This record gives sequence, structure tokens and C-alpha cells, in this order.
Amino acid sequence: LKIDITRAGFLTSVQDLGRFGFREFGVSVGGALDSHALRVANLLVGNAESAAGLEITLGGLRLRFVDDRIVAWCGGEFDARLGSTSLAAGHAALVRAGQELMFNQPKVGCRCWLGISGEIDVPIVLGSRSTDLRTNFGGFDGRALRDGDEIALGKNSKHAQSLVDLLREQRISPWSPPHDWSSPAQREPILRVMRGSDWNRFNDVTIQRFMNEVFMVSPDSDRMGVRLEGIELKQNHDIDLISEAVAPGTIQVPPGGKPIVLLGDCQTIGGYPKIAHVIGVDLPIAAQLRVGDRIRFCEVSLAEAHHLLAERDRDLAEFRVGIELHVR
Amino acid sequence: MEITPLGDSALVVRVRNQFEDAPEQTSNEVLRALRQIEDARIPGVIELAPAYTTVAVFFDPLRVMDDAARVDHVIELLTQKIHEALSRGGRRKQRDKGTRLIEIPVCYEAEFALDLEQVSRQRQIDPNEVVDLHRAAHYRVSCIGFTPGFPFLSGLHKRLATPRRSIPRKEIPAGSVAIGGVQTGIYPMKSPGGWNIIGRTPLRLFNPQKDPPALLRPGDRVRFRAITREEFDRAAN
Repeated sequence: LKIDITRAGFLTSVQDLGRFGFREFGVSVGGALDSHALRVANLLVGNAESAAGLEITLGGLRLRFVDDRIVAWCGGEFDARLGSTSLAAGHAALVRAGQELMFNQPKVGCRCWLGISGEIDVPIVLGSRSTDLRTNFGGFDGRALRDGDEIALGKNSKHAQSLVDLLREQRISPWSPPHDWSSPAQREPILRVMRGSDWNRFNDVTIQRFMNEVFMVSPDSDRMGVRLEGIELKQNHDIDLISEAVAPGTIQVPPGGKPIVLLGDCQTIGGYPKIAHVIGVDLPIAAQLRVGDRIRFCEVSLAEAHHLLAERDRDLAEFRVGIELHVR
Repeated sequence: MEITPLGDSALVVRVRNQFEDAPEQTSNEVLRALRQIEDARIPGVIELAPAYTTVAVFFDPLRVMDDAARVDHVIELLTQKIHEALSRGGRRKQRDKGTRLIEIPVCYEAEFALDLEQVSRQRQIDPNEVVDLHRAAHYRVSCIGFTPGFPFLSGLHKRLATPRRSIPRKEIPAGSVAIGGVQTGIYPMKSPGGWNIIGRTPLRLFNPQKDPPALLRPGDRVRFRAITREEFDRAAN
């Protein structure tokens, strides 16, 4: 009941849907930067949606299986291979004992999430199996995976076992979720944002330019945030703000005027002006941004953001039912 | 109290606009609001996070309403429920049960006090007096953040207020006690940072294996007690 990490790749870590309830103590939510992708991957392999999977950054990962498992992945445009067979995003596949699963560098985007039936079995720390890479706890030994690691897996669920039987012949499922669910990566995406509480600290011209100009993703981006290059966003008056809560999606503007889109590993509080927030349904797009990508912003209302969330929730509910039907 | 959205899944309740003019009162009011909102057990609310002047309310927009079709009323409904919670007067007079006094041993000896000379020079105060002023004051945790378990403490003697270092250190040892502007704080773990280090505590401020994972929580009162290097070593083992 394990998998061998032959090659750990650029940055691979164990993540689930995140660590909630400890922001008061400064603990980041963390978790899969695209929780929707992890949910879908888990559904495809017969796991609970909240099960821990692997977050793979920029590929280079090789996994060797020691027993029969169902796997599925969602995320950027990676070239994933099961032996010599290519495995597309969003399809459940049967991996036999001894087989190797490989993730090469992505063409577009930078991260993907791998669900493995039986789920990754690491201890729950502060309510989550996610790795806090900044503080080094949770996940597998509180760190990113290394070559030669052996990761414990749980038993296949009944659902997963019936998938194993079902896919014995064809190996890869013909069914898959809508394409944009499994591959949200784009080279020149538009991120939908809603106004932040400091929107009015920026003058009309700056706001105009924030909404119209292209920003480029800078190299010092990580799981804490995506740093952007482009026009300088100057405030009307520089004032010291009192630190308060920030959240994944918050776009803050430090004194240099270069905005940062915060991601899952961001600090719990911040003192920089919050010009806007990437809406929840577009966080998967933000999670795919990599150096050199060019992005633009587009304003939507809070009500619209909520409608989009509700719509996605309905679609996911339908997909759950659809999956059930295939296995029955 | 002003309530504003923080993205589509959180609201920020602004309890006061200022902090420094009345830190004690502000902390009390923030903690009271925190408790009132907590006690209301509003459906869909995931967690609360207090800071200096605010309480952030994180929620799942799809769990706030029983009927997802009415999702455009989420903010309206939540705001109303928060206002209701805040206007419930019953607990206002109750003594805040959350206020604890925690004593933190600190070794101020040169080996640990990397910036004591620097603070002393800048503030033109003898190093021994810097230490005396620092350990004599009564502090309060106004916020936890930066890294897990890092307490921002108000109550620093005005004469000790020292700007952050212009070039932050890449690595500050765990337990370092430091001054940043008008605040003092403790680095729970090895991390980069720009505050002026004047001592070190052997206590562990953050332990993810415990619940709660942090030694301190917002509202706690804190005193520092000077210890020798020997006492530090004994406590650290």
C-alpha cells in the first residue's frame, strides 16, 4: 500500500482541500491551489472529494506503483504518460503493479493535481493532510517530495475497486469532465476580479490602466503569490494601513506599485492596499500562472461571483451523478 | 460598524478605524466582536480571524443560504446576521474570559541580542536600560500573523520604538525577541525578517502537533522575564 517516488520533479507536495480553522493563529489555508481540480481528480478515482492527492509543479515526476490503482489528474497542459501510453487530463486510468506514471513539463500552465485511489495516507495535522511548505509541517514529513520517497496509500474504496474491474480491458476511461475543468491553463488569461476595500485609494487613471493593461508574471512567484510586472499602480496618497486579513485571490499593491495576486500559502494578514480580489471560480486560472504569462483583469460584481460559484457547484453535482452511473 | 467584502468568500468587520490611539480599548472591542460573532454560529461561516481593528469572517457562499438559487442575497443576509450578533448586549458586561497572562522567559545576553547595540545607539539609551525598559512593560497580543504563531505585541515603551532594519535578515533564529516600530514580537521559527533582535526565548511559540498550535492568542497579556544563558539552556533542553 504505497507508491515509490522514482523522481520527485521540480516541486511535488501532498495537498488536500486546505487547512481551515487556524487563521487566528497565523496558519495559512494552503491546500491544492486549485481545489476544484483536486475534487474532480478525486471523484474520477473513486475517492472522497477531500482526499489528499499530489500537487505537481512543472513536472519531472515519476511514480512507480506496487499495486493496482486508479489515477486521474487535472490542471495545466502536462504530457502525462503511463508507460508508453499518453494519459489525458480528466480521464480515469488503471495503473497495474510495477507500472510507472510520468509527468513531463507542461506546455501551458504550471501545476496539476493527481488523484490516486485509496488516497495518500499521511497523518492529519491541524485538521488537514496538506503540506505547509512555508512552515514545514503536515503532508509528507512537512516537506516537498524527494527522489526515493515511499508514500503510503490507503486501501481502494469499493467504488475504486469497481473502477479497477471496469477498466481492466480498456485501461483508460472514455468519460471525462468538461475540458475547461480539467485544463484551466491559458497563456493570456483574463482574470475576473471584484473591487477590494482600497480600490478608491487609486485614482481613475490608475484604475483604468489596472483594468486595461497587460501584466506579466514575474519569476519570483510561488505558492504564496503571483508577482506581476507592468505599469506601476500608484496610490493617491501613501498611507500606512493597519494590517488586516487577506485571503487567496487578494490582489495587494506594495509601495513599489507592482501588484501581487495572493495564492493559498499566503500570510493570513497583510498591510498593503487591496486593490481587488480574483473571484473564487477564477482561482484555478491564477494557480496556473507561470513566468512570462501575460494576464489582464476584468471587473465583475460580487453577485456575479456568487452566481458563478453556484453554477459551478451545480455542474459538479451533476458530474458526481454522472460518475456514479458509469460505475454502476 | 462597517462591514466590507474581502473577495467573494469573506467579510471584514471594522470595529474601529484607529489602533494606536487606544490599543487596550481597541483590542477589547475586537475580541468582544469576535466572541459575539462566534456565539451567533451563523450558518456557512467557516472561521473568524481577528486583527488589530478588524474581525474577518470567512464563509462558504453556497452554505450561507439553504436555497442556492438565492445566492445574490448572501452578503445581505450575512451582514444582517453579523449586525444582529454585534448588537446583542448580553455579553458586553461579561468579563472577557479569554484574557490570560503569559510570562515569557527571555535571555537578553549579547549572543542572542543581535541588534541590541544598534537599538541602543539609535535610541541613545544604554543597552542595560533598553533591556530593563523592554522587560518592565506590560504587553498585549494585538494580532497573530506573519508566520504561524508570531505575536504582534502592543505596549512597547515609546523610547524603544525603533524602525525596522533597512535590509531584512535572510534568517532569524527561532525564539528571537525583536522590536519593529512601536511593536515588539517573537519569531516562532527560523524565518527571514526585518525587526531588531534584542533577545531570545527558549519557549516554543508554535507547535502544529498541539491544538491550539500557538502558545499565544489575540488578547493575551504578556510579560517578559529576563533569564541567564544557563537558564536558557536548561529550559531549551
